[in-house]
Amino acid sequence: MEIIMSVAIGFLFMAAVYLMLSKSLIRIIIGSGLLSHGAHLLLLTMGGLGGNSPPVVAEGVSVSDYADPLPQALILTAIVISFAVTSFFLVLAYRSYQELGTDNMDLLRGTEDYE
Amino acid sequence: MSFVFLIFLPLLAALFIPLLFKKVGKIHTGWFVLTVPVILFIYYASLLPTTIDGGNLVSEFQWIPSLDIAFVAYIDGLSLLFTLLITGIGALVVLYSIFYLDKHREQLHNFYVYLLMFMTAMLGIVQSDHLITLYLFWELTSISSFLLIGYWYTRDRSRFGALKSMMITVFGGLMMLGGFVLLSIMGNTYSIRELITLAPEMATHDFFIWALVLVLLGAFTKSAQFPFYIWLPDAMEAPTPVSAYLHSATMVKAGLYLVARLTPVFAISGTWMWLVAGVGLFTMFWGSFFALKQKDLKGILAFSTVSQLGLIMSLLGASAAGYHVDNIAETTFKYAGFAAIFHLINHAVFKGSLFMIAGIIDHETGTRDIRKLGGLMSLMPVSFTVAMIGAFSMAGLPPFGGFLSKEMFLTAMLSLTEFDLFSMDVWGVLFPVVAWLGSVFTFIYSFYFVFHTFAGKHKPEQLPKPAHEAPIGMLISPVFLAILVIVIFFIPNLVGDWLVKPAVMAIQPFLYSSPAEVDIHVSAWHGFNTELFMTLGIFAVGGLMFWTLHRWQKSYDRFPDAISLNALYDNLMFLSDGGANRFSMLYMTGFIRSYLVYMFSFMIFILLGTMYLTEAFALDLTNLAPVGFYEIVILVALVGSTMTILVSKSRLTAIIALGAVGYSVALFFVIFRAPDLALTQLVIETISVALFLLAFYHLPQMSRKEERMGFRLGNALVAVGVGVTMTLIALSSHSQKALPSISEFYKETVYSEAGGGNIVNVILVDYRGFDTLFEIAVLGITAIGIITMIKLRLSKKEDQHENK
Repeated sequence: MEIIMSVAIGFLFMAAVYLMLSKSLIRIIIGSGLLSHGAHLLLLTMGGLGGNSPPVVAEGVSVSDYADPLPQALILTAIVISFAVTSFFLVLAYRSYQELGTDNMDLLRGTEDYE
Repeated sequence: MSFVFLIFLPLLAALFIPLLFKKVGKIHTGWFVLTVPVILFIYYASLLPTTIDGGNLVSEFQWIPSLDIAFVAYIDGLSLLFTLLITGIGALVVLYSIFYLDKHREQLHNFYVYLLMFMTAMLGIVQSDHLITLYLFWELTSISSFLLIGYWYTRDRSRFGALKSMMITVFGGLMMLGGFVLLSIMGNTYSIRELITLAPEMATHDFFIWALVLVLLGAFTKSAQFPFYIWLPDAMEAPTPVSAYLHSATMVKAGLYLVARLTPVFAISGTWMWLVAGVGLFTMFWGSFFALKQKDLKGILAFSTVSQLGLIMSLLGASAAGYHVDNIAETTFKYAGFAAIFHLINHAVFKGSLFMIAGIIDHETGTRDIRKLGGLMSLMPVSFTVAMIGAFSMAGLPPFGGFLSKEMFLTAMLSLTEFDLFSMDVWGVLFPVVAWLGSVFTFIYSFYFVFHTFAGKHKPEQLPKPAHEAPIGMLISPVFLAILVIVIFFIPNLVGDWLVKPAVMAIQPFLYSSPAEVDIHVSAWHGFNTELFMTLGIFAVGGLMFWTLHRWQKSYDRFPDAISLNALYDNLMFLSDGGANRFSMLYMTGFIRSYLVYMFSFMIFILLGTMYLTEAFALDLTNLAPVGFYEIVILVALVGSTMTILVSKSRLTAIIALGAVGYSVALFFVIFRAPDLALTQLVIETISVALFLLAFYHLPQMSRKEERMGFRLGNALVAVGVGVTMTLIALSSHSQKALPSISEFYKETVYSEAGGGNIVNVILVDYRGFDTLFEIAVLGITAIGIITMIKLRLSKKEDQHENK
């Protein structure tokens, strides 16, 4: 399973990077969303996908049976942070579109040095 | 007493200068500043009896003990001489500046802060026994010189001159640092005193010649030797007190100090002697020759300073000959070291007074252009007298101090013809010839300076201001220096015993163990010998050429400006500046995509490279979780929705597909026994999709029309690269565990230590509670950012453009 997951993670990363390199602002934001999904699954796979029981202490379950709690704790943090990033991006895109009238990254090049 | 701290007294005083300038506006800030060099001069003068007997004093203060870096103030004859020059001339220059700089119009707080900073730096250079702190102070003088030259920063020429001096002297400083590092590697110490004792062993080391050349580069750039002298004429844009202080009496002598101080280390080498004496003498000739081309009074003095520094440098080079001859007291080789120090004192005194006169003329007539000046003798009699004394001393006329040291200079140069090492017996004859030629031109420009300013016809219509004598306060310092010029002529042996001989002992410790052994008696009359005839020749030829100056001075204009050293510097600056700019514009395209491509490519390179180097590629097939039916179904959904995002042309489809990816991930969490994650992911994903849809209302259609095929292919290549890299990392990290996981600790102690059952939750809120707290803080900051963004209205657009 881990090998299949590794390939899927690579695929997610690939799609995310491809989207982030495009010119449209909204595709970049979607790409960053995909990137965080890929990262979460990577963390999970790194710790191993084994374990027969969720990491909650229960009667009659030995320590080795629990799923690895550490990647889960990391992912939980990451999910929340990636949510914050995505929402900030969205507002940024919305406002910059409102002010500048474009979402084409090529037209958002900053100072006059480049003209 | 721990006099090492006195080095920092000027810097400490500088802290109060802006306050005094702002609060006590009625009194010229210079009066407060004046106390600092005066106090220091009196204190250091009290150390004289120690060094006259050949003693020395050391005071130490640890700075970075772990790196063996300390402030070590070492006072011997040489450093005390320089210290007295710095504080003594410093006091006179500050006094002069009080009348030169107007307290209402000038930014005195800046000026005096820089000046005091310089004073600390200069004292640090001449007293440091530690190479690294010496370097530190060395660069500090470059910086304060930069600030002082650019003091009138609204003028283009000031900024240009400041930058030029900075570029050249800091370049030299860095070279010197390299030399110091090599020295410390060879001797395994930073202490100059210890290096001197190790000198004979170091001479055979491979690095020796490199260290020698690098250290000399530092000294030559600082002391404006050929071909680095070009910064000094441009540095004349500084206020005149600065020129008198930094660019004639002290800072430019730092290079001489360094050469003198390190002579015992390097004297053994013939390269040293040839380089120092040769470059110095050539600079002396070159500077004096081109001084006559100058039209600006300070320009003449700048070239004259270059020339005189070259003279002293060549004497220091010649003093290394003393290392190679036996029984020096019997020979004429003994004069070079003495003459170097003696002329250094003379030069500081007469050049200081000449600069102050140039400043007075500028101040009282409004111009420094020698073509507009003339006939000021009767209008400014005191200034004329001072200028004449200074210039005659420079020309080497009796009865002024310069005559004595000039005679000794000729003696020392003549002695080199008798030196039979390092092919001196063949080429040595050039030394007296070039020295004589340089002296002739020195004689001419000295007269040119005085008589074209003060004699001749007065041209009041060309002067911006009606000329008159300077106020008495401004004359105190130059008059004092002029008196000193004459006094030195009459008591040269007192000066010799007090100041020169202790310093000579420091330069030539291989010859003398106490100042009393320096067996030199200075006298104005030596009988009819070669030196006297050379001097008479200088007077005769120089006088004749000065008389006919108007006929041949114009031929200087035939030297083309396009192939001068200045043009070389300008082109070099232009090329490096423009070239660097063009190079960075080549890759700094302004497209975010370009930067992302660089980052991703580099990431691939670094990660795969590291994995290759550490042989981390691994695939472990034993410890795998079983592949189940549900997993495959979810996987298909995940990949399918990702594909949909990639190909979809409608943003609504893309957003829904992104939601589908999120929910598939949540289902993965369910299958892999992570209930908390699944719950969080579901909630967050729902809110995200809602947010996307909200923003969707405001955002334009996704458009891919303008994306060309090549553009997309390049993107795809980078994307595949990242994907493959991540897959390899995922496989590798799963397949090998370098360290046992700390998860076991959490699993075992969660109930006993933290009293909780849900391990993930306990980790987040208990074991890693602070992380979670900061995470909440991040969320809070994001929320504030979002609110600000929504509220922000850039209605003041026009104003912002005006500010640019």
